[in-house]
Amino acid sequence: MKYDVIVIGGGPAGLAAAHAAWQDGCKSICIVERDKELGGILNQCIHNGFGLHFFKEELTGPEYAGRFIDMLGETGVSVRTDAMVLEVTPDKQVHVVSTAQGYEILEARSIILAMGCRERTRGAIGIPGSRPAGVFTAGAAQRYLNIEGYMVGKRVVILGSGDIGLIMARRMTLEGAKVLACVEVMPYSGGLTRNIVQCLHDFDIPLYLSHTITDIQGRDRVERVIVAEVGPDRRPITGTEMTFDCDTVLLSVGLIPENELSRAAGLEMDPRTNGPVVYENMETSIPGVFACGNVVHVHDLVDFVTAESQRAGHAAAAYCAGHTPAAAPLLPLKGGNGVGYTVPQHIRMDNAKDGVSLFFRVRAVYRDARIVVRDDSGAQIAAYPREHLAPGEMESIKLPRVLLEKASGALTVQIEEGGDQK
Amino acid sequence: MTQIICITCPKGCHLQVDEENDFRVTGNNCPRGETYGKNELQNPVRTLTSTVRLTGARTPRLPVKSSAPLPKGRIFDAMRLLDEVSVAAPVRCGQILLPDVFGTGVDIVATKSFDAAQS
Ligand SMILES: Cc1cc2nc3c(=O)[nH]c(=O)nc-3n(C[C@H](O)[C@H](O)[C@H](O)COP(=O)(O)OP(=O)(O)OC[C@H]3O[C@@H](n4cnc5c(N)ncnc54)[C@H](O)[C@@H]3O)c2cc1C
Ligand code: SF4
Repeated sequence: MKYDVIVIGGGPAGLAAAHAAWQDGCKSICIVERDKELGGILNQCIHNGFGLHFFKEELTGPEYAGRFIDMLGETGVSVRTDAMVLEVTPDKQVHVVSTAQGYEILEARSIILAMGCRERTRGAIGIPGSRPAGVFTAGAAQRYLNIEGYMVGKRVVILGSGDIGLIMARRMTLEGAKVLACVEVMPYSGGLTRNIVQCLHDFDIPLYLSHTITDIQGRDRVERVIVAEVGPDRRPITGTEMTFDCDTVLLSVGLIPENELSRAAGLEMDPRTNGPVVYENMETSIPGVFACGNVVHVHDLVDFVTAESQRAGHAAAAYCAGHTPAAAPLLPLKGGNGVGYTVPQHIRMDNAKDGVSLFFRVRAVYRDARIVVRDDSGAQIAAYPREHLAPGEMESIKLPRVLLEKASGALTVQIEEGGDQK
Repeated sequence: MTQIICITCPKGCHLQVDEENDFRVTGNNCPRGETYGKNELQNPVRTLTSTVRLTGARTPRLPVKSSAPLPKGRIFDAMRLLDEVSVAAPVRCGQILLPDVFGTGVDIVATKSFDAAQS
């Protein structure tokens, strides 16, 4: 079987990319999704807060996904669910296994990677203690509760203050569990402030910043956890231990882009994002292979996922129609002071007719700072004042074409504080 | 004077609301913060999202929401109402499952469509 475009993953990224490619006249598109239904992680995110930018209204996760699934239903895009991609080759063969069709090799002119991300586990962060039942990632608990209908516990301690953990604190409380504490090792929360308020404060759930779990105890099931304050070196301080009697620990300690396929295909990877290196149109280091959504870098707003994925879809359609942007001139982008990474990592000027949108995360919390873009000579290309910057919130800036043309050499995006020096 | 954080948008402004002065709001960066501050002290509301029992479909839970925010004090009462609801597939997103809860004019609606499972 041969398609113009094969999209791997049917979450919001894959859905938006496929739809955009179809709109541009590409008529041979297939989405391959390993789950039984489309929608990705949104199916279990039953809370609201999706779509404020894109649909200008506040939707729940399933509603947001449903709108795209309906839009896709009006196209001729073919969809294979319950089908897992095992391998992608550099010459664009896609190896798929499914109960319906067995093992198949599909061929594509262009591939869009939209596999999303998965959660960091206890092993990935190394908490000491015995190994009783009752330790879950927050996302796994969310899936059990919202899709399968199982409560994972009654007395809960949450480690990490990422949005999934906060959302689950509220969700478990509403369902009758007692959430004793949310414990965060950093001095600030990794989640959105609004989630701290409406998920923790609303239910008087204490948030312990600069604290961590030092021990998980219990024979068969979790019986208690020990929580201690940490110093600036993030090491526990002896004498500050507190004990919580609980039967469940939820981990909300971050997400990792799911890139086994990308690595095996030989794509150039960015160690800072754990995702593939991409150009301005979301093309990876292999021409005709694009990537978008959480597989590229972890997003907190699905609206940004949609926007980025539409760009990938349009670019895949253009590639199939024979348009390839000139490789030079090329502007590399770097993260400077306070900036962890940038997406894209490279801009091909030929393909940036209307300028480019840049996404990144800051490394610490800043008040009244400026996002400054400088070129190799140190000259300021652009500056964007911000009242508030936090690692939990992805930042975005738009660089117009006229400013890009002024730059010589690589661009550095950095945070500058104080004064209004130039 | 009460300090609260506006949750209307991700900026999370720290608001001061003056109960003695007609609930005057300061610290807000935009007019939506003023509305939020006034409401939050006099009649706080929250949108409720949860699930109800679903039969005859591939999975056993149907996600639902309140069509508009409910009084914060009634959220747990509303959860108890949802315990009693059972819906048989097929169901469409937006379908009203419980009309006018507690006489608030707010409905509980489905947020996802399910076809009947083929057996
Ligand atoms: C708990 C939680 C709460 C959130 N809350 C909000 C919120 O309130 N507001 C907001 O705007 N955003 C929120 N987000 C963020 C937003 O939902 C995500 O950024 C978005 O869903 C990412 O989309 P995606 O398509 O990249 O990934 P996903 O939704 O993860 O989709 C990836 C898909 O790829 C499939 N896949 C992976 N590997 C393969 C393979 N080898 N073969 C076939 N298929 C494969 C997976 O099954 C999955 O369906 C939240 C995210 C989480 C996890
Ligand atoms: S006051 Fe306005 S800007 Fe500030 S958090 Fe509320 S809605 Fe956002």
